Amino acid sequence: MGELEAEKHVQYILSVEKKKDDFESVVMEHLRMNGAYWGLATLDILGKLEIVDPDEVVSWIMTCQHECGGFGGNIGHDPHILYTLSAVQILALFDRLNVLDIEKVSKYVSGLQNEDGSFSGDMWGEVDTRFSYIAICCLSLLHRLDKINVEKAVNYIVSCKNLDGGFGCTPGGESHAGQIFCCVGALAITGSLHHIDKDLLGWWLCERQVKSGGLNGRPEKLPDVCYSWWVLSSLIMIDRVHWIDKEKLVKFILDCQDKEKGGISDRPDDAVDVFHTYFGVAGLSLLEYPGLKAIDPAYALPVDVVNRIFFGR
Amino acid sequence: MHGRPRKAPKPEEAAASAVKAANLRSLQAQFLHNHHNKTYTKEALDVSAKLLEINPEVYTAWNYRRLAVEHNLSQSESDPDSVKSILSEELRVVESALRQNFKSYGAWHHRKWVLTKGHSSIDQELRLLDKFQKADSRNFHAWNYRRFIAALMNKSDEEELKYTTDMINSNFSNYSAWHNRSILLSHLLGKRVQGFFPKEKVLTEEYELVHQALFTDPDDQSGWFYHIWLLDQTIKSDAPFLISSWPAHGFDLIVSVDKSPDGRASSPFTSFHSDTGTFPLILYFSQAVEGVNSSTITVESMLNSTNDLIWRPLSTNNSGTAQAWATNLNFPNVKLHSLETYPVKVSLGHSQGITSSSGFHYSHPSQFAFTVCVRPPNSEHGERQGVENILWRDENFHIYGTHFQESIPVVSFDQLSIKEDPEPTASNWHVQTIANEIALFRELLSEIDCKIGKLTLARLLMAHDTMMLYNSPNAYKVVHSEEVLELYRGLMKLDPSHSRYYKDEHSLVLFLQVTSSRESLLKHCCHYRDSTSTNIGGHICLRLNNLSLSRIGSVEQLLWVQMLDLSHNELQSIEGLEAMQLLSCLNLSNNKLSSCTALEPLRRLKSLKVLDISYNEIGAHSIDTTRYLCSSPLSHTFGGDWSFDDIVIDDVKVRNYWEAFVIFSGLNLTQLEVVGNAITDEKFKSFLVKVMPTLKWLDSEELH
Ligand SMILES: [Zn+2]
Repeated sequence: MGELEAEKHVQYILSVEKKKDDFESVVMEHLRMNGAYWGLATLDILGKLEIVDPDEVVSWIMTCQHECGGFGGNIGHDPHILYTLSAVQILALFDRLNVLDIEKVSKYVSGLQNEDGSFSGDMWGEVDTRFSYIAICCLSLLHRLDKINVEKAVNYIVSCKNLDGGFGCTPGGESHAGQIFCCVGALAITGSLHHIDKDLLGWWLCERQVKSGGLNGRPEKLPDVCYSWWVLSSLIMIDRVHWIDKEKLVKFILDCQDKEKGGISDRPDDAVDVFHTYFGVAGLSLLEYPGLKAIDPAYALPVDVVNRIFFGR
Repeated sequence: MHGRPRKAPKPEEAAASAVKAANLRSLQAQFLHNHHNKTYTKEALDVSAKLLEINPEVYTAWNYRRLAVEHNLSQSESDPDSVKSILSEELRVVESALRQNFKSYGAWHHRKWVLTKGHSSIDQELRLLDKFQKADSRNFHAWNYRRFIAALMNKSDEEELKYTTDMINSNFSNYSAWHNRSILLSHLLGKRVQGFFPKEKVLTEEYELVHQALFTDPDDQSGWFYHIWLLDQTIKSDAPFLISSWPAHGFDLIVSVDKSPDGRASSPFTSFHSDTGTFPLILYFSQAVEGVNSSTITVESMLNSTNDLIWRPLSTNNSGTAQAWATNLNFPNVKLHSLETYPVKVSLGHSQGITSSSGFHYSHPSQFAFTVCVRPPNSEHGERQGVENILWRDENFHIYGTHFQESIPVVSFDQLSIKEDPEPTASNWHVQTIANEIALFRELLSEIDCKIGKLTLARLLMAHDTMMLYNSPNAYKVVHSEEVLELYRGLMKLDPSHSRYYKDEHSLVLFLQVTSSRESLLKHCCHYRDSTSTNIGGHICLRLNNLSLSRIGSVEQLLWVQMLDLSHNELQSIEGLEAMQLLSCLNLSNNKLSSCTALEPLRRLKSLKVLDISYNEIGAHSIDTTRYLCSSPLSHTFGGDWSFDDIVIDDVKVRNYWEAFVIFSGLNLTQLEVVGNAITDEKFKSFLVKVMPTLKWLDSEELH
């Protein structure tokens, strides 16, 4: 299986930033803020964040902010909670949260909470437990969790719990590993993990591991590197990660590397992208692969960044 | 990107891709220009439509179209034809965007938005859904949209249930349909809709349906989780009930202020030493409950002068709910040679208030009684000489004689027989159903060796034993544990990737086996006597060392334990120990505990004095799997805004040891062993000494 091609992945991430003209880059343009977070977080886990000029990144981020306090996915795009979290996470990576008007950002995020405790993604009212996680994570990083009704937010998430122990996007929605990460993460940050049946959910999650060692996101689906993150982080937060075979998963992720040009793909021999490169490297960090910075399973940021925010300086 | 092959594009492909990219870029630029200039003409709308048909994920373009629709609707002055044509165009754009990417959140949401404007016919939506659900029967966007439509058109749960039946019958391997079925059926059962009552009849039919799926392809996971849910519906009793207590019913407790010299106590199992003048009263319920307080629990005795006992939940979270609850009862200072006995009567369930997390009330009024004898202080011994150093050496443990057999306080289910209104918790139907399932899975396993068959059989056998134990505690003995242990050992070999899941389950069965009878428990009870010490204390130690245990179970049977040896196991978690309020000496050495936060349950143990956590893996892991199961500022569960940097103890920044600080600052240990952990060095040890002023012994060295 070989080793993690750390240096090649660094080069790959830097190269993605440069080639803006191929079709895939244009397709991804509206979510460049997410892309920046995936790329920069990968560099930080690999211990290479210093090769990026923080000033350049920070000034670009700030041009994506709107009057309402929310951030768009790129210059000219509308504000949305998805990109607001990525902006906050990137600023946290660089220890630059002080450039934000924190009241304004937290007002935008808390303003998206609905009467039933759920969150909309933006002013157009799409409701999803992903947005509950994003709001809670974002406000917690800004020390402004008191701006929302946490109890209602938690109750809404609990109302999306299924009989298999997992969670869906809205009440009645099918369990899905990505959605489970969001709900478990939000419950972890709000100290509400007691709402989870750890053994039931843990078994469902550990059964996501298929013969190849990779993890899928739902029963009877194909494995995919991005689920290394969604499933692993959830298993870690409920202390059940020992129920999967970690070595086999490490091998699966390493098998998805492009060993020539760098980058990681969803499955072996597929085309690589920044999204899967991040989730592959973050997954290896959760698996305690040597030489990587540890990542926090709830805030999706390196542990040293999270500790800096919560334990003062 | 998903499922795109990794290969260098051929020159002609690269050229075509460049053309496509240029086209898309130009559409995007034109669209953003229109958006920023609020241009909502037909031409401008066509640009955004073309863009979305190529890339439905450009969320700003959907926002733009909604602004345009609102603008154009306000211009149309509610002319029905133009309203219709504006909204129809939106539905058309959504449909072609979904053809490009049926997982596009933005496209599905846009369609919902259009529908809330009161357009489109339900039939049209159902036809569209049918198309997408046939193309991909697992598309959860389509299933979510289906629920939205069903609610919009007031389609009944029965009709939707029929749809899942059809989907399942055409393909058993459709987890989405099984999932939807479980949701619908819970609604129907909960509301007792006609045809869905009694529950037993419905569940019996569901078992038949899922058997077909499981027996058609036992390796397909779709039916597994549904079967587990049915099993859970069958065995779980809604209302919580009491399963054990300490002191147990009929117990004669002896409490004393000083340690008992050997021979004065009638039995070390029934004597409890306390230097605070109180002893705990513990209640253990069948499930986590809230509302345990002095108005729901009546304690009648001469011991407590007021009735306002403070009950505390014994859980490691701040939820206010717990399976085990404790309070402290005072005992009076008695004079020499006065051996007075105080009766205590505990009643619960006489008024409502104790409820499970799902809202069910404790509904069986019950009571139990015990006596307390306060032993006067032993004047001959006078002041205690220093603090004893417990040495966990084999030679200090002596197999316990059988002459105290009569007083060992186990099989506490006995007390259930004193319920005022005895009512069996399991009906014939429950017992019969589990028996049928057991027979069926035995039959499956006689034909093929399959994982789900073994696992389900193991779970069924355990469910059977537990059900029978609660149902008739005096008549039933755990009978299946050997068979279940064998099944789990088989599973470890059959499915090695999940071997540690099976190992955890195996441990729980072992705990059940050890605690299931007096005989088996006594085999693990030892008398502790340190040959070098002058103190001849009457410690009884439960020794569960060297058993390959990886997690803790059956705690409700172990509430009486004061000294516990769990060393040389494979414990990674000690969840459950928080209920063992009498514990004063605990040996966890040579296990797999991998962080300080894993010790969170110990923070609830107010009597704990002696702790051995040597030779574990604390500090050896970069990822802490109990980081969020422990109170801390990360989860907003550590009262107030802590700035850990403000706490500096002799040059050691608390921030570097915040986990250790959170755990150990709440303990009152006199003796601690930490050697053999990655975190342990001189700096850490001096930190511990500062955090725990009560500490007298650290790693076998006496502190001064
Ligand atoms: Zn993926």
